[in-house]
Amino acid sequence: MIEMKNVYKKYPNGIVAANGIDIEIKQGEFVYVVGPSGAGKSTFIKMMYREERPTSGDIFINGTNLSSLKNNKVPYLRRQIGVVFQDFKLLPRLNVYENVAFALEVIEETPTVIRKKVMEVLELVGLKHKARMFPTELSGGEQQRVSIARSIVNTPKLVIADEPTGNLDPDTSWEIMNIFEEINARGTTIIMATHNREIVNTIRHRVIAVEGGLITRDEDKGEYGYEN
Amino acid sequence: MKTRTAGRHFRDSLKSISRNGWMTFASVSAVTVTLLLVGVFVMIMMNLNKVADDLEKDVEIKVIVELTADEAAITALQDEIKNTSGVAEVQYSPKEDELNKLVLDFGEDLRLFEQQNPLHNVFYAKAANPQDTEKVAKRLDRLDNTFEVKYGEGKIEKLFSFLNTSRNVGLVLILALLFTAMFLISNTIRITIVARRRDIEIMKLVGATNWFIRIPFILEGMWLGILGAIIPITLVTTLYYNIHKVLAPKLAQGNLFELLDFSPFIYQVNALILLMGVLIGVWGSFMSVRKFLRV
Ligand SMILES: Nc1ncnc2c1ncn2[C@@H]1O[C@H](COP(=O)(O)OP(=O)(O)O)[C@@H](O)[C@H]1O
Ligand SMILES: [Mg+2]
Repeated sequence: MIEMKNVYKKYPNGIVAANGIDIEIKQGEFVYVVGPSGAGKSTFIKMMYREERPTSGDIFINGTNLSSLKNNKVPYLRRQIGVVFQDFKLLPRLNVYENVAFALEVIEETPTVIRKKVMEVLELVGLKHKARMFPTELSGGEQQRVSIARSIVNTPKLVIADEPTGNLDPDTSWEIMNIFEEINARGTTIIMATHNREIVNTIRHRVIAVEGGLITRDEDKGEYGYEN
Repeated sequence: MKTRTAGRHFRDSLKSISRNGWMTFASVSAVTVTLLLVGVFVMIMMNLNKVADDLEKDVEIKVIVELTADEAAITALQDEIKNTSGVAEVQYSPKEDELNKLVLDFGEDLRLFEQQNPLHNVFYAKAANPQDTEKVAKRLDRLDNTFEVKYGEGKIEKLFSFLNTSRNVGLVLILALLFTAMFLISNTIRITIVARRRDIEIMKLVGATNWFIRIPFILEGMWLGILGAIIPITLVTTLYYNIHKVLAPKLAQGNLFELLDFSPFIYQVNALILLMGVLIGVWGSFMSVRKFLRV
């Protein structure tokens, strides 16, 4: 489902954030991306949904070659990928329901479908009863659950999360992890960059370690491997 | 695009107009001033053109025949004039008629000259295209048996060059104003975009197409243009209505030239003003969206 071949990324300022990455990730996998700050984890992830383009090398997502993907086709690539961020990226003037519905309005879904799908995902993340509340009225964990709901409402095959628990306390982080586990159990591929040692070492999945733009380790049911 | 999406864009753009009160006001004012000047300018230029057209139609080329030309030569010359390219019509006026005209203008005393008429026989020609009068006159001057060729006595050229100069000056002025208005609109839109940067970022992440993102801003620019067209349209219409009411009867007496009729002229000018408003608005916002989205 995801394949990178000799991917190299040099930012305009000269920093090399990917220095020859080769990787293959299959449909349904759960992958942790670990490594020190500035190692290139975010860059690695951003190249998958074309927020960044590699300087050289090829990336395939569901068989689509991103190098030859035209700019005006990028939106259609992104509709197949859900993205979750450390800072949630919710719209403050929309309530929970509207924030999630936004992702479907933008792709011009019908109101009936929107209502049905939004209620389904809010149920999944346990926020159905807070649908009318605004982001500022929610805790960090709840906001992150809204943002997860938004990322999966369009039933993407792939969900990418860049440090989704980075701003959350340990208990809340575990709740968020349960949701990702659930999504993954439904067959969705999950790629998660994280600094959370305990989670990686407890809920065991494939671990890819990135350092200096290179993959230095890739093991199934691996360990976090760094001291916090 | 689907209807409900169109409705959504429509609402978004109107909301943004009212949210950015001051910037909206500034750019609408700029558009208003620009379009007002465009309207007045077009009104004046079109009418001056009309006047020029009316006057042009009366421009005759006077071909004065050589005194030595005999009857046969005169007939031959008439044919030659008729066959000269660019000539629409030609009329012969023998020296007796010319004298009668002078008598009409200057009095019976001139009848004195009837015995020994010192005047020349004359042809009056008209150019098919009044703008070509000068060229046609030069051609006629080259024919045999012409003593002198006269036309318009420089008035026409002066009118044309005046029209051209004022047209150019007006165009430069208007272009500068259009630029200013467009610049202000793009700035207004840019502020809207900055305010909605997060929306845009999220829209892009969840797979909105560039057009989906762009359209509300372009609509917003269009509203600014349309709002800016309201005052100019009202003023120009009122202005022309009154000018026409006062001047048209007087000019009709003069019988030399007329103003353009109120309808359909004023509707054409208004349509032009509105169209310009919409174009400045759409173009201004398109520029800032493009720069901003780098799409
Ligand atoms: N947009 C950018 N422009 C220039 N340099 C960048 C940009 N994004 C990241 N970098 C640099 O690339 C390297 C990798 O960054 P990143 O992928 O964000 O690492 P991580 O997510 O592992 O902390 C860092 O040195 C960072 O400073
Ligand atoms: Mg990062």
